[in-house]
Amino acid sequence: MTLMSATKGLCARTMMELDQSYSVLREYGSEQSLLSKPDGSSTFVQGDTSILAGVYGPAEVKVSKEIYDRATVEVLIQPKMGLPGVRERAREQCVRETCEAALLLTLHPRSSVTVILQVIHDDGSLLSCCLNAACMALMDAGLPMSHLFCSVTCAISKEGQIIIDPTARQEKECPALLTFAIDSAECNVLMSSTTGSFSVQELQQCIAISQKASEQIFQFYRDSVKRRYSKIK
Amino acid sequence: MRDTPLSNCERLFLLKAIEEKKRLDGRQTYDYRNIKITFGTDYGCCSVELGKTRVFCQVSGELVPPKDSRPTEGIMFFNLELSPMASPAFEPNRQSELLVTLNRQLERCLRNSKCIDTESLCVVSGEKVWQIRVDVHVLNHDGNLMDAASIAAISALSHFRRPDVAIQGRDVTVFSPEERDPIPLSIYHMPICVSFAFFLQGSYLLVDPCEREERVKDGLLVIAMNKHREICSIQSSGGIMLLKDQVLRCSKIASVKVSEITELINKALENDRKIRYDVPLKQNRVCVCVCVCADEVMVISDSEEEEVFILHEEAQ
Repeated sequence: MTLMSATKGLCARTMMELDQSYSVLREYGSEQSLLSKPDGSSTFVQGDTSILAGVYGPAEVKVSKEIYDRATVEVLIQPKMGLPGVRERAREQCVRETCEAALLLTLHPRSSVTVILQVIHDDGSLLSCCLNAACMALMDAGLPMSHLFCSVTCAISKEGQIIIDPTARQEKECPALLTFAIDSAECNVLMSSTTGSFSVQELQQCIAISQKASEQIFQFYRDSVKRRYSKIK
Repeated sequence: MRDTPLSNCERLFLLKAIEEKKRLDGRQTYDYRNIKITFGTDYGCCSVELGKTRVFCQVSGELVPPKDSRPTEGIMFFNLELSPMASPAFEPNRQSELLVTLNRQLERCLRNSKCIDTESLCVVSGEKVWQIRVDVHVLNHDGNLMDAASIAAISALSHFRRPDVAIQGRDVTVFSPEERDPIPLSIYHMPICVSFAFFLQGSYLLVDPCEREERVKDGLLVIAMNKHREICSIQSSGGIMLLKDQVLRCSKIASVKVSEITELINKALENDRKIRYDVPLKQNRVCVCVCVCADEVMVISDSEEEEVFILHEEAQ
């Protein structure tokens, strides 16, 4: 199997040299409104990675956490096994900052918006899947947002080529991993989380590839919402 | 966040309806809601839907030194979490009474009933044993969390495969799933909890209460039983006094329900086995990838025998 993925990588590089627009995301899918208790819920599946998101909001907030002119966003990521640790806290911060940038928080002062994410299966691109699931759940809850957001993960392999939406095995082999959250209005980068070392050119290439791939995901958001609301007449 | 409290008129309506043997969703007194059991990609990953109640369980194993008091037995660790997703009343990192009750009941049901053979989990006596960790996450609370959690836990344990090990003296080699097929746990029997809610000082009972019914109940009786009609644990809470024949009647109902649920679990496991064993058949087919790189054309196959074919470029 290692031979196979190496072959795919080789194919990718040649294809990139021949054709600049190489960006292949794994098969993705989503389902909304599957839980009865939360205000909004969704699952997002990318390849084998699967995340379940639930949103409560706008709801009551503890006096210690309330902000006088906007809503307080809380994000909780629950891993599949064991208790949440520092890694989950770091991811929660990334998701929270993206949500705060997208939501119109000033419409609900002294309230809370809670996003809870449960990891169902982790096969790479976990943070991206979390952000996509969170966005779909926020849409399902009907919370006012100034724009939608999606996320794409890029991995830079040892040979220097860029793999989009890597699996867990590819993530382990690659020395650098970059995750970007991109907004739907102007395709700007809302959040970036990177590990490993890479050059400035590689960073710019990754951003460009992520923005290109995000168009597919935004089209998927539009299609799924259209399909969902066309059934309700 | 706080959950919306139950209004008095809702409470009176529910109690009146129960007196007339009517339930909110139209079920009969002894009916269970629809149970749906699905397994995930990993071994030991199970999701159970009991009506709208949704529970997710993951079983994992790792090698640890054993307890001093039991050097030849493996360790079972149970952890049930009430995810804040399940209900606005659940807060993270908060030891509520419900959480403690559920955890304790799950432990009694699965650990004290000795349904898993812990002796078979021993690798090197006194040094290395398998610790099987069962994590149950409650994702949506629509009543009867105990039953859903016990079904999810026992299904996940039956589904789980631990890695194969080889022992040479004191050296232990753990094989990855690709090297050697993982081994299932040895499970003697499948204990499943059945919950009975009592109303109006024990005069009326309902099987599988939903969330609204749970809020107006007086007391709860949980019977853990397996399909061989052996009672693994009984717990009565709420302070209601039950007659002997009431408890016996409940156990009879429980045995019927448990045999139905056990069959459902076995069917789900069988379906999952069929799906997993169809996949290797596809992998045996040779998957050939043609890669054009610069001047040469390489054909690399995905089969186990690494045959490399070299094609020659025809002169143009």
